[in-house]
Amino acid sequence: MSALESANKIKAKFGALISEPTEFRGEITLTVADAEKIADVCTYAKSIGYNYLIDISSVDNYGEDPRWTVVYHLRAIDNGDEICLKTDVSEEKSELPTVLPVWRTANWHEREIYDMMGIRFSGHPDLRRILMWEGYPYFPLRKDFPLAGKPTDLPGVAFTKVTPMEGGPFVTLPTSSDSIAREPRVRTPEGAEPGISDKRLVDGKLK
Amino acid sequence: MSQTEYGYNSKIEGDVVLTTVDAALAWFRKNSVWPMPMGLACCAIELMAVGASRFDISRFGSEVMRFSPRQADCMIVAGTVTYKSAGFLKRIYDQMPEPKWVIAMGACASTGGMYRSYAVLQGVDNIVPVDVYIGGCPPRPEAVLDALIKIQGKIGKQPILQGTVAAKMLNLQEK
Repeated sequence: MSALESANKIKAKFGALISEPTEFRGEITLTVADAEKIADVCTYAKSIGYNYLIDISSVDNYGEDPRWTVVYHLRAIDNGDEICLKTDVSEEKSELPTVLPVWRTANWHEREIYDMMGIRFSGHPDLRRILMWEGYPYFPLRKDFPLAGKPTDLPGVAFTKVTPMEGGPFVTLPTSSDSIAREPRVRTPEGAEPGISDKRLVDGKLK
Repeated sequence: MSQTEYGYNSKIEGDVVLTTVDAALAWFRKNSVWPMPMGLACCAIELMAVGASRFDISRFGSEVMRFSPRQADCMIVAGTVTYKSAGFLKRIYDQMPEPKWVIAMGACASTGGMYRSYAVLQGVDNIVPVDVYIGGCPPRPEAVLDALIKIQGKIGKQPILQGTVAAKMLNLQEK
């Protein structure tokens, strides 16, 4: 059974809840209309062979509604098929059911999403921060969080300061010309006089 | 010739070295720096190379890497210090007995390096006093040995007995 066949099988089972499968570079994606049903869809996907949860990730569509997209990458270890499930979550709600009863590995994936993006997973038994420390007040992977960070202080535990950017952020250029040009560097803003280190970069193109 | 005869005719066997107690103690101390390898990232791999046979840190008397801060003189901060790890790095430094020194090894420990982000402490000198900074990402083992030699030079110049009870007992002059 190919990934497309199993995608159609999931579609047939849940009907209007699931979008038509789309294919991009060989990866089949299904969009789940109601995030509250994601655990049911995942339970069924596991029952037809998708026994491995590769990853859960989240997207911040900042400025759009719904703001969050949560993405599940599933794999059937027996035949190597992979399938991708997406579901949207609104900013007001910022909550969807856990898939931890389906795949136990979801525990830390969901904690990471909660830590970085602030999306909660209802039914998760241990929804704590995993990378930042308990008491850190922000969700750093959100688009409206500055790269340099915000100052915080939790006395005796940890603190953060605003990072000096000094002309940053550091930008890489997609190019294959040479490794020096590919390095992340402070790029001269458009229209400004290029510095000695940026002589090869004029109007965002390498000259 | 006369010196050789003095040595042979003396009641003391071997060579005689004249020095001050302070200089001798500093010499003992600087040639036996016990590092605390604070390995946090890839610099720690280079630090392992410094300790291994090719570069051989024991040539400089620092082969006794202590993983307990209670038994170490010199903390080598090797790697990226995140804000989350900054707290326990400070605590480990506080647990080291005096006198103590710190080497910031590599770009990350010195300045935050390429990690200009919310998560990374911009230089370990924000929380502990650093004696020697080593550039590089990561630095070559030779650079670490050079830093160690610089630390040894610093330790060798630091007075040990002046102002202490032992100095008063030995009747050393205050400078």
